[in-house]
Amino acid sequence: MNRIEAMFAAKREKGERALITYTMGGDPDLSLSLKIIKTLAEAGADLIEIGLPFSDPLADGPVIQKAGQRALSNGVGPEEILELVAAARRELDLPLVIMTYLNPVFSFGVEKFFQRAAAAGADGLIIPDLPVEEGEEVAEKAAAFGLDLIPLVAPTTGPKRLEKILRQARGFVYCVSVTGVTGMRERLPEEAVELLQRVRATTHLPVCLGFGISRPEQAREAVPYCDGVIVGSALVKIVEDYAQGSISRENMLKLLAERTTALKKALGGA
Amino acid sequence: MRLTGYNLPDERGYFGPYGGQFVPETLMAALEELTAAYEEAKRDPEFLEEYHYYLRQYAGRPTPLYFAEGLTRYAGGAKIYLKREDLAHTGAHKINNTIGQVLLARRMGKKKVVAETGAGQHGVATATAAAKFGMECIVFMGEEDIRRQELNVYRMRLLGARVECVTSGSRTLKDAMNEAIRHWVTYVRDTYYVLGSVGGPHPYPTMVRDFQKVIGEETKEQILAQEGRLPDLIVACVGGGSNAMGIFYPFLSEEVRLVGVEAAGLGLESGRHAATLGRGRPGILHGAKSYVLQDEKGQILEAHSISAGLDYPGVGPEHAYLKETGRVEYTAVTDREALEAFQILARTEGILPALESAHAVAKGVELARQMRPDEIVVINLSGRGDKDVHTVARVLGVEEL
Repeated sequence: MNRIEAMFAAKREKGERALITYTMGGDPDLSLSLKIIKTLAEAGADLIEIGLPFSDPLADGPVIQKAGQRALSNGVGPEEILELVAAARRELDLPLVIMTYLNPVFSFGVEKFFQRAAAAGADGLIIPDLPVEEGEEVAEKAAAFGLDLIPLVAPTTGPKRLEKILRQARGFVYCVSVTGVTGMRERLPEEAVELLQRVRATTHLPVCLGFGISRPEQAREAVPYCDGVIVGSALVKIVEDYAQGSISRENMLKLLAERTTALKKALGGA
Repeated sequence: MRLTGYNLPDERGYFGPYGGQFVPETLMAALEELTAAYEEAKRDPEFLEEYHYYLRQYAGRPTPLYFAEGLTRYAGGAKIYLKREDLAHTGAHKINNTIGQVLLARRMGKKKVVAETGAGQHGVATATAAAKFGMECIVFMGEEDIRRQELNVYRMRLLGARVECVTSGSRTLKDAMNEAIRHWVTYVRDTYYVLGSVGGPHPYPTMVRDFQKVIGEETKEQILAQEGRLPDLIVACVGGGSNAMGIFYPFLSEEVRLVGVEAAGLGLESGRHAATLGRGRPGILHGAKSYVLQDEKGQILEAHSISAGLDYPGVGPEHAYLKETGRVEYTAVTDREALEAFQILARTEGILPALESAHAVAKGVELARQMRPDEIVVINLSGRGDKDVHTVARVLGVEEL
């Protein structure tokens, strides 16, 4: 059983939902980035997604776009993220997943990247511009190194596509709550619940909800329908506030921990 | 040299190793729907008849294939013909594609269209077709391009389109396309994305080529009527590559030399250029695998060209394939050479070409000069230059004019 499977199994056992947090690797800088990852883990994150920045992130809203730009201006690329993952892995035991776009991986060499990511201690990958049709070969290569290529499904994904996607899915299923890009939204959209129910009925894999979840109330609303929620922009925004000089370093880490703990509570965890 | 039995792309939208559909899952259903609708439309005689009706009666096709006597004399070599896309409605070849796509959007029951634009020609052509067929229209345009193509921004607004200023990244075509795709992801259920070039995810490269191939089909008919034979050489500029694919495609299986001209900007060695095929390497950008200008970490580089329409770090996947098979030769022309060609065409023929097209003129003249007087060159004059007068005046200094 790999770390992702083991984590979800333990959560199911306890009747809890997993809290998945996203942070952009190398934002605001590499050493603080490691500190942020540890803070999220200590505050109760069950899985951490580490972003490998890309210049043209089509699926991301302004908050994560800007985080990517900050990381890129620090010269962060695949090598730096692999080192960051390895450094996090030396101190942490929770599952770590790299989230990026296809081009940086393709440019690095797909197999070489997977081999290095596995060696660094990553457990999986999320690549939003790699739909199932293009991803088959990539998923097989990832699996050969013990990495789960986690698929995304959207409210627009029809029943036929859903089946095709779930047939090769591993790790967990990332349900995109709305048609749109990443970013904070007011409410949990109705279409999100409908999607979660459809996916639940089609797979035994854990089903998680992301895009637009920022507040504990939203996370609580999703609890009956999923195995976990993914929070990104709301946390990255705190790092943005630090990067823009509106809060101190200590305050940033404190706010990240507080938000993580509050979300965790909403999901039924301690 | 000839490609016989050419029938790409395959059913997954690949031209050899290039093409495909690399977009977020949210858009995949829309692409499936679009592919099915387009496959059906292109086999429907009524749809094609309507498309050609509007090209003829509304866009002013066929555009002339004009024997450029003055330019021929200036070059002192082969006979030079100009395919006058600058005379099409809205002043460029872009209208061929937007009429086709907006008709398709209407057939699919969509009421809103979104587009990206660089020079503003595609934006104007989309706004025009949207106005004609009663659709709501939003055009994303980079802040830098809004500055250098002011006139087109005003034209789009007059046509009832909303122009959204894009301030991310290099603030040019690449970033406008990112924002247009993000908008489409958000409003995919009721919005049709009118992509302006032969790039992007399948079926766009094929569909845009098919809507632009009218340029090459007319050229073939016209040169046979005027010269009784096919040309020896066809030259077209390549940014995303839609005017070039349009004129090249009907000649891929003929014994005709085809040359695509990219923007060398301040020079290929300067690093400030848009020569994606010349200096890029394979990668994934805006939904397709093709050549891309990128750094060693796989980050997309900013392109540079004096012409906003060529200022793009990607290129259509079919061009990548045609480069690798050797069927089309790709070369590049600097800002300076394009500016010179702009002035030469103005003075020898009384035609102001778009700065994009001026790249093709520069290379066409250079190659014609090395050819015999009984040989024939066709240059695709993809657009008119009124929109660029400001830029040219600024660069040359008004006194030089």
